[in-house]
Amino acid sequence: MTEETIQPKVLEPVFNHANGRLLMPETRYWPTDMWKSPWSLPTYRRGAAVLAGLILGIAGVAWFIGEIGPRLAPIYTLAEQFALSYGVPAFWIAVVWTFIKGVFVLLAPALNALFAVWWERKISAHIQSRMGPMYVGWWHGALQTLADGIKLFLKEDIVPDCADKVVHWLAPVVVLIPAILVFAPVPFGKDLIYANIDIGTVYVFAVGGVSVMGIIMAGWSSGNKFSLLGGLRSAAQLVSYELPRTFAVLPVIMLAGTLNIADIAGFQAGYWGGIVPRWFIFYPVVGQVAFIVFLIASVAETNRVPFDIPEAESELVAGFNTEYSGMKFALFFLSEFAYVLLSCLLMSSFFFGGGAAPLPFLDFLPSWAWFLSKTLILMFCFLWFRWTFPRFRVDRLMDFNWKFLLPVSLLNIAAGGVLIWLLS
Amino acid sequence: MLLAYASILILLVIATLFAGGTLFASYLVGPKVKDKFKHTAYECGMEAVGTTTVQTNIRFYTYALLFVIFDVEALYLFPWAVVVRSMGGPALVEMAIFLGILVSGLAYAWKMGALQWE
Repeated sequence: MTEETIQPKVLEPVFNHANGRLLMPETRYWPTDMWKSPWSLPTYRRGAAVLAGLILGIAGVAWFIGEIGPRLAPIYTLAEQFALSYGVPAFWIAVVWTFIKGVFVLLAPALNALFAVWWERKISAHIQSRMGPMYVGWWHGALQTLADGIKLFLKEDIVPDCADKVVHWLAPVVVLIPAILVFAPVPFGKDLIYANIDIGTVYVFAVGGVSVMGIIMAGWSSGNKFSLLGGLRSAAQLVSYELPRTFAVLPVIMLAGTLNIADIAGFQAGYWGGIVPRWFIFYPVVGQVAFIVFLIASVAETNRVPFDIPEAESELVAGFNTEYSGMKFALFFLSEFAYVLLSCLLMSSFFFGGGAAPLPFLDFLPSWAWFLSKTLILMFCFLWFRWTFPRFRVDRLMDFNWKFLLPVSLLNIAAGGVLIWLLS
Repeated sequence: MLLAYASILILLVIATLFAGGTLFASYLVGPKVKDKFKHTAYECGMEAVGTTTVQTNIRFYTYALLFVIFDVEALYLFPWAVVVRSMGGPALVEMAIFLGILVSGLAYAWKMGALQWE
């Protein structure tokens, strides 16, 4: 691009007759300035260097730590021997050990919410050319969400007089408990799985469906027309998008022949021709269609833009959680981000080979690092969609599901059958 | 295997403790200031007009009914999907018939306007 197309910097305030605004000094004509070449800006180069350093640093730490699963086994035997020497029954040792593991599973959605909310605010800010949270915490407002969480914790719990008190109190609990329970059969890496049950896939969809109850309870008990409308819309939407989401996974299960999520991820180990990973996303047509349907339905299931009809701010105030304040509101938020994390974990297990490396020579990094990176990339897409697509209208939202996604996902099952017939 | 399901029970206990515990702790810590207007419904910032005891539109019910049909179908599809690779041709044909009936049901619902949100 030539020098003439770049707008000159304004040095003193100029009255713009076209729109009646005062053009202030140092006003940047941002696009032309940026489009020149972002690499010519020192801040851009520094940002890229920081990002590369972060990624390399995390990869180095991951390489240094290695697989976590095998390292836990000696700790367990040590603790077991220690407890047995004090005469603790083996049953209680197992219960306490499971309890400790459960607390770590609980940490996953909690830490995820702390990180994802901050990340979403940063992404939205940078997409809109602003800075986002910058002050709390040492680095780019990194502890902003923690501060917000403490603030929400200390807030007064306001329940409107017209609300059904018990249901109003129960609703966030009913939403949050399944949001934590779904993480039980989901692998976070090789051997890093809380409950390795055979029906993992069905379990995740079944337990995740319970949260719809909580959202209806929240909408109904608030004693507020918009909340009720939000709750009903949400129920209709979540229930509808659960179908294509379930059907999208079926070709994967048909090919893998198991419902165990860790086994499905393990089935995708290896490489075609030593270079292309045997992930389901690379199965011709079936894999891609299944992934796209699952992605769209997951975005709808987590109530995120462009499917955020239940809490559409501009029409329903805040939808089902209008009357919620303080910690109850925080629990709704926590469970929403827990479901985002769950969708990304499931997608990396079902379609991206779980903890498998994308190229054979990258095997030296442990499986949990690959799991984490795939999940984070998918989560970035979730946050990115929010600032890219406009919201669907209610009728089009339902039409899109029942008249497009559902037939496509059913056709995809048939295509999966054809693929199996071709492979046999 | 049974142990894995028992561990889910323990996770249920942890989740309940966490959800109930945070709400209770926040209730203990938070201020409780009485105010005349604080406990009215916020809705959209104005005084609420009318009540929430309204008739719910029938279309929610049709979608719920369709969902139940297809969700039960999904439940039948899961065990089939696990064994289809080992059972081969006959299983594929059987499921094609089953799915065909359900898809024709969906097409009928579509044609009769049950999928129309208006």
